[in-house]
Amino acid sequence: MLLRILSLLLLIAIWQVASMLAASRLLPEPLAVVDVMLREARSGALFFNLGTTLARVAISFALAMFFGTVFGVLMGRSVTLDRLGDPWLVVLLNLPALVIIVLAYIWIGLTDTAAILAVALNKLPNATVTIREGARSLDAGLEEMATVFAMPWQTRLRHVLLPQLAPYIAAATRSGLSIVWKIVLVVELLGRSNGVGFEIGTAFQVFNVALLLAYALPFVGIMLAIESFIVQPFEQHVSRWRIKTA
Amino acid sequence: MSPVGASRQLEIKIARKAFRTASGEVREVLRDFSTSLAVGKVHALVGPSGYGKTTLLRIVIGLDRDFEGAVALPPGTKIGMVFQEPRLLPWRSVLDNLRLAAPQASEANLLRIATDLGIAGHLRYFPGELSLGLARRVALARAFAVNPNFLVLDEPFVSLDEALAMRLGDELMALVEHTEVTTLLVTHDIDEAIRLADHIMLLGGRPAKIVADFDIALPRAAMTADYAAKIKAEIGAVIAEAVA
Ligand SMILES: Nc1ncnc2c1ncn2[C@@H]1O[C@H](COP(=O)(O)OP(=O)(O)OP(=O)(O)O)[C@@H](O)[C@H]1O
Ligand SMILES: [Mg+2]
Repeated sequence: MLLRILSLLLLIAIWQVASMLAASRLLPEPLAVVDVMLREARSGALFFNLGTTLARVAISFALAMFFGTVFGVLMGRSVTLDRLGDPWLVVLLNLPALVIIVLAYIWIGLTDTAAILAVALNKLPNATVTIREGARSLDAGLEEMATVFAMPWQTRLRHVLLPQLAPYIAAATRSGLSIVWKIVLVVELLGRSNGVGFEIGTAFQVFNVALLLAYALPFVGIMLAIESFIVQPFEQHVSRWRIKTA
Repeated sequence: MSPVGASRQLEIKIARKAFRTASGEVREVLRDFSTSLAVGKVHALVGPSGYGKTTLLRIVIGLDRDFEGAVALPPGTKIGMVFQEPRLLPWRSVLDNLRLAAPQASEANLLRIATDLGIAGHLRYFPGELSLGLARRVALARAFAVNPNFLVLDEPFVSLDEALAMRLGDELMALVEHTEVTTLLVTHDIDEAIRLADHIMLLGGRPAKIVADFDIALPRAAMTADYAAKIKAEIGAVIAEAVA
């Protein structure tokens, strides 16, 4: 931990030195970026745009995870559905994110619906493939046990199915979050008039690197925090029975 | 054939059960297996390994419907099953495993069953922390806990030491005497079958069917050493004949 902090401080120090040497508007000093950040924070724009972007991340991520889990379980358990769905998956997996985004905006319009849908569609095939892997390795013996003991479907879902899928859901969450939060910025840049991506686009047009970093850095920080304080603890929680047996 | 008579029996008629193996050949496992299990009695099915005992149980409890024939369980049959492997939920504690299978059972009842089977001290453990013998006892406790009227056990005492197998056999006897649960017990231990059952079916032949049936006139507590020896000799004679 200490080493990580030191390494981070070193990075900032290099940045400071480089910006002093360059003495250019295109590489502002760290403190200048903080200045802009504070200014944007005081006006409320920073929080508004961060909040907007995070909401888009959350909704599209939730949609992709939900449908990815449903499709993944169905395809993992039914050979017919797997054959039917697999070509779609391959197409979606190989469609560049940009194509999906542009098509969504053209067909649906420059709306939040289109933006969220485009992000979710980009993440959906990955989630489906990961969960399908998990569904294929479900323990048939436990399922038979649940059947014989006439467990209600809620019990089977919560105590038999989801614990088996949990490691796969956690893996899909981790890789999914990092896809989603990067694509959201592109989507905002291309077709929204608010959010971190839009602000970065504005900063790009006037080559305002300080403004760009003032938005990018807090956003990255928040995503890293979610990753390390929510996603990773969740992963450890669902595999605690495994750790104990070791 | 009266409705009352029908509800006193569990009818099992399997004309044919075959598996298609991965290589495409058809392997017939059971043929003309037919029996009726009197309600409230212990029925032991004895047979060598690989003859289709587990296959039969899976058909009887409704997990395998791909066979020719019919199995009629009275409506409302509550099955308590002990699989050949423990089949516990590894991510739930022992107590939760019992609770999830038997949500209507009171905590006091679960604790009593756990105490009877010697796992009361392990209720907070995860299944991965149990020895196989303990895990088997949890599986047994789970089957008892659902308060079944049809108890199905697939070699429940295998791989336990003799003293423990005896003790758990006694617990099973107590439960049967106490609740009059219809029991189908698979074992390849003839002594165990004689000690626990009212009715013994010998499985033999390929494809397998019942080659001999024995009704135990003096079951369990009423059993005498002489009578046990006599039944064992009879069973031994049938087996010797089958091998010859
Ligand atoms: N799913 C299956 N596909 C193909 N063959 C099977 C399948 N399940 C069982 N068999 C075959 O059916 C036969 C009976 O198997 P079963 O498991 O019922 O035996 P068993 O009497 O329970 O043996 P054991 O005492 O070793 O448990 C075996 O020859 C086995 O190879
Ligand atoms: Mg078996």
